[in-house]
Order: sequence, then C-alpha cells, then structure tokens
Amino acid sequence: MNPNLNLWLIPVLPLAGAAINGFLGKKSSRTAVSTIGLVFPGAAFLWAVTAAWRALSMPLPYQEYLAHWIRSGSFVVDFAFYLDHLSLVMMLVVTGVGFLIHIYSVGYMWDDPSYYRFFTYLNLFMFFMLTLVLANNYLLMFIGWEGVGLASYLLIGFWFTKDSAASAGKKAFIVNRIGDFGFLIGLFLIIQHFQSLNFVQVFEKVSPMATETSGAGLLTAIGILLMVGACGKSAQIPLYVWLPDAMEGPTPVSALIHAATMVTAGVYMVSRSHVIFEHAPTALTVVAIIGTLTALFAATIGVTQTDIKKVLAYSTVSQLGYMFIACGVGAFSAGIFHLMTHAFFKGLLFLGAGSVIHSVGGEQDMRKMGGLRTYIPVTFTVMLIATAAIAGIPPLAGFWSKDEILWKAYQANPAYWVIGAITAFITSFYMFRLLFMTFLGDYKGIQVDDHGQAHTTHGHGDHGHGEPHESPWVMLGPLVVLAILSLVGGLVGIRNGFEHFLDPVFGSEFPKAIAEAGNTEWLLMGISVLFSFTGLVLAYVLYVSKPYLPGKIAASLGAFYNAVLNKYYVDEIYAKLFVKPLIDGSTTVLWQGVDRKVIDDSINNAADGAQHVSDNVRHMQSGNLRSYAGWIACGAAVVIAYMVWLGVGR
Amino acid sequence: MVPLSYYLVLSGILFACGVTGFLIKRNIITIFMSIELMLNGVNLSFVAFAAHWHVLAGQVFVFFVMVVAAAEAAVGLAIIIAVYRTRETLNVDQVNLLKL
Repeated sequence: MNPNLNLWLIPVLPLAGAAINGFLGKKSSRTAVSTIGLVFPGAAFLWAVTAAWRALSMPLPYQEYLAHWIRSGSFVVDFAFYLDHLSLVMMLVVTGVGFLIHIYSVGYMWDDPSYYRFFTYLNLFMFFMLTLVLANNYLLMFIGWEGVGLASYLLIGFWFTKDSAASAGKKAFIVNRIGDFGFLIGLFLIIQHFQSLNFVQVFEKVSPMATETSGAGLLTAIGILLMVGACGKSAQIPLYVWLPDAMEGPTPVSALIHAATMVTAGVYMVSRSHVIFEHAPTALTVVAIIGTLTALFAATIGVTQTDIKKVLAYSTVSQLGYMFIACGVGAFSAGIFHLMTHAFFKGLLFLGAGSVIHSVGGEQDMRKMGGLRTYIPVTFTVMLIATAAIAGIPPLAGFWSKDEILWKAYQANPAYWVIGAITAFITSFYMFRLLFMTFLGDYKGIQVDDHGQAHTTHGHGDHGHGEPHESPWVMLGPLVVLAILSLVGGLVGIRNGFEHFLDPVFGSEFPKAIAEAGNTEWLLMGISVLFSFTGLVLAYVLYVSKPYLPGKIAASLGAFYNAVLNKYYVDEIYAKLFVKPLIDGSTTVLWQGVDRKVIDDSINNAADGAQHVSDNVRHMQSGNLRSYAGWIACGAAVVIAYMVWLGVGR
Repeated sequence: MVPLSYYLVLSGILFACGVTGFLIKRNIITIFMSIELMLNGVNLSFVAFAAHWHVLAGQVFVFFVMVVAAAEAAVGLAIIIAVYRTRETLNVDQVNLLKL
C-alpha cells in the first residue's frame, strides 16, 4: 500500500489563502494581507517539495482519491489527483516560480489601493493552476483550465478603471472561449468513444488502437480539437492575439500567468495527452506547423515593438511556439524541459522588466529608457543573465532546452530546424535590443515632475522619483533566485538527464537517434550558438554603436516594416473579419431582430391582447342585475336552440 | 280533450312573458310579479304533463313550487318594503350600493 501524500493540500492551501484574503482582506492591514498571501502559497510550495521528495522513492504514477463527483452508470469522474514525473515537474515549477512571484508582488504592488484583491486573485490562480496540473481526469483539468482563465481575466483587468485594461481582460476571456470550445468538443468525443475521462483509462483504451498513419480518424480529430484548446490557452496562431494585450495587467501577473505558468497549460495538456497524439501523426504535424509558424511570426513582431512588456509578450508567444514544435515532433520531454527553463528566464525577464518600470516611475516605452545600467545594477545583472538564457547562449538554461528542441526538430524534418534556428537568431536579436535600449546609452527618460500621469495609471503614485532608483530587496530577492535558476536550470538537461527523468511518462523516444547523436548534433548546436551570437552582435551594432542605423533600415523596408510594426494588421483583420460582422449581426439580427421584434414583441403583444380582451369582457360583469339575467336568458336560449337542433338532427 | 301542445305553448308564452318582464322592467314589484309568472308558467307545464302521462309526481312538484313561491313572496315582499324604507325608491337600477 502506498503512503498517502496528501496531494490535495497543494491546491487547497492557496485556495484557503484566497478565501481569507478575499473575505477579510479589505479591512486588514497590508502586512496581514501579505502574510496570508505569502504563507499559504509558500506552504503549498513546501508541501509540493516534500511530496516530490517522497514520491521519488515510490512507484509512480501515484493516484489520490479525494471525493467522488459525477457517477452516472459506468461513467465516473472523481475529485482525484494524479502524480507522475510530468505533473511533478509542473507542480514544482508552478509552486516554486509562483511563490517567488508572490514575494516580488509584495514590493511591486505595495502602494496599490486594491492590495488585498491582488493577492486574493493571485492565490486563486495558484489554486486553479495546481488543480489543472494535478488532476487525474480531463474534467477536473478543465475546471482548472477555466479557473486559470477566470483568474487571468480578473488580473488582466485588475486596473479595471482603465478602459484598455478592461477590454484586454474581455479579449483574453473571449478568445480563450474559442479555444475552450474545441477542447470541450474533444472531451465529448473522448467520452463518447472511451466512456471515460480518466487519463489512465482513456490512454489504456487508446494504446492498442492502430496509429492513424494515413487520413484522419477519431484520434486525429480529438488531437486537433485538443490542440485548438491549447492554441487558445497557450496563445498560438490563430488565437495568440489576446496575450500581447494581456500586458495591461500588473507586471507580476504577466510574469506568473502570461509567461511562466498559465500559458504553458496548453503545452502541458498536449504532453499529457501524448498517447492520443502519438497515435495521430496528422494531429502532431498540425501541432508542429502551428508551433513553427507561431515561433517565427511572433519573433518578427517582437523586433519592432517598443513597449518593454510587449516585446516580452511576443517573445513568450514565440517561445511557446518552440514548445509546440517539440510536442509536434514527438519530443514531449524536450517541450516540458523548455517549459521549465522558460518559466525561469521569462519569469525573470518579466519581473526584471517590472523592476525597470518600477524604477522609472511606470514608463514602459523603451525609447524613453536607456542608460539604466548605472542606476539599477542588480536588475541589470539579472536581466543580462535572463537575456543570455533566452537567447540560447551556453551554458545558460535556454541554451540546453532550445538546443534539445532544435535537434529533435531536425530529426523530424529539417524544415522545422531551419525556421527554428532563424527564430533563435531573431530571438537573440530582439532580446539584446531590449537589453541595450533599456540599459545602455544615455538615460532618455523624463524627470519626476512630468510623470505624475504615468504614476497614477500604474498604481504606485506616491513614489518620489528624482532619477531611476533600484527596487527594494523584496523584489530583488526573487530576481536573484530566478537568475540562479536561469543560470543552472539547464544543467539538468546534460546527457539527456531531464529527458530520462520523464521517460516513465513519455517512453524513450528516438532510441536510435540518441545512439547516433554525434557530429550532426554538435554541428547544429554550433550553428544555433553562432546564430545567437550573431543576433547579439547585430543588436549591439544597431542599438549601441550605430544607433542611427535602425531608422534607415526601417525606412528602406517601407511597407513591410509598417506591416510588422502594426503586428501584421492581425488585430485589424480579425476586427474586420470576425468582430465587426459578429457585432453587426448581433445588433441587427439578434438584438433588433430576434430579441426586440420576436421575443419582446410577442410578449408585449400577448400582454396587450390579454388586456384588450379583458377590457372588453369586463363589461359583461357590470353589476347590473338585469344584464346578468339577460345573459342567463341568452345562455338558456342557446342551450335550447342546441337541444332543438339535436332533436331535429335525429 | 285539449291537446298537450296547447298547454305547453301557453306555458311557454307565460314563461316568455315573465322573462321579458323581468328583463325590461325596473320596478322591483313588477319584476317580482314577473318571477311569479315564470313560476306559474312552469307549473302549468308540470300539471299538463302530469295529466297527460297520468303520473302524480308532476302535481306534487307543483305543490312544492307553490310552497316555495309563497315563502319567496313573504320574504321578497319584506325585503322590498325594507328597501323602499331605506332607499325611497323601487327602481332596481338605483339599488346598486354593492356595484363598483
């Protein structure tokens, strides 16, 4: 008999924190709110570490039954948790990075009037994310899936008095619904054909099925529908548009939800369903193509953005594309590896960007920064580490995971590798561009008097900023921890260590390839490292040594540059193609037509008619005795006439 | 022997006269008399059928009806006198306190 790990505590602890802060936080002091908001996720992290430690010495997967939920005939869905190597990694990443970002938020959000609300939502998010990760069936996973969507909506629209924040929240929510629609239909198909949503049972039934090598069958359909869901949550083409707008939320939210954890839920879901995908090569190809296109597409947009958080947002979309490339070529463990390292360095980048924004008083435009290296040296150092990590410079975290993905992609199809390597070059370029624009050169920012506006809109109004100043240590601490993780986090991937750790989940893929991993792998690694450094050098040339060049290049590219600058007009195209027809159709047909004319009018007419008829009939009941007598006489006459008619008829 | 139909037609005419009087007259006493006329029209048809079919039930019914009519006359006239004393009118249309 297995020992009981009490996994249920891990999601429930943050929920308790959310409940306490949500109900009592308004009247509590900031210190009390931060204590509650930190202790519960912290306890969840400690418990997760303990559980992981104990789990490693017992046979995995471990299942834990908490309570029964739906039992309809043989169809059973329970509140039950499932821990294998995959969910173990996810659990540790979510609680670990999540806890660090909670600490950071104490410093970042301290002056916000809705301080308690922020921690309530953040803890609520942790609860749902851990439910998603630890669920043992698709339905419980879906609860977490929708829950993180809700938390994301609440946090993007955290400063809901700002119009752009409120509509960004709505956009995220609505775009995600489209993805969820596909996910749900996929689940219905699974229920219909496998009579279960339990991971173990579904995969047991899928395993003996034949691989759908040619054409599209049931598993291909399920796979593609699940991928639609993943596209929504993980911001892939064509549903990525919500993520850049989501940067309207507070920066810790962007770090936690829109970089490190929630957006990787799609990758996790696809990896979790790897049995289905492995039996449907067509669906896998779809995943790989979507991932490749997204990686390249988002990276090119990232080059032209000037808002520091927008650059990071497009970079996130692009990196998520990498993870999907990995999933699409069947290298799920490489995808999860990149997910983990990405959580470290992208979380760090966002928190670092938050620290930068904090130090310059709420300014997000990189053109108004520059030269910050001397003002905020700690932030600069950690940002440098994170940038090098994402750019894939060895031996930092991003290098190992990205190289793993590119190598696996090359084995599947060199075309993926080519696009992936180009993307790596662009990534390196725009990340160093961000770094140089922000930290090198001269400070181009405005002084204290002028940015009162920026202050109030970003919620930390009462800071006195003479010149940029370093953030408090409560913010820098998490940065340093994440920087260390970004430095060494990739080392677990040496000699495929991380991959072998996940082997019990995914099986050992590419057994042959590992054996012959010789010169080609080294060559490819060399090329991608070369690409990274080229990106670095190019960024240095363009933004440090010859800062007049970017404008010239932009001018010479003309229309193409404008298209990229305007994000390829995707938002505008969506607005024309989908949003406007939908709004117009809803207004004229559904609102004015159906709702007003059919539903409202039928009810109003029925009411009017009833009133009209009653008004007329009312006169029968006049209170006049003789008129009653008259009606009786008439009635009698009718009855007699009827009887006579009957008599005649006979 | 007078045929049954004669009695029935006369009974119908009497009843119709009663109904008409009830409907068109406003004086309570006239209405009251119209009711008596209707009762008697019915009585006539009862006895006519009783004689025709040689069944006594019809005669018995007539006695009942006459008893009820007498009681009704006693009560009704008392009410009419009470109404006249309080309202000083015998016009039914003006006795409408309960009407909305």
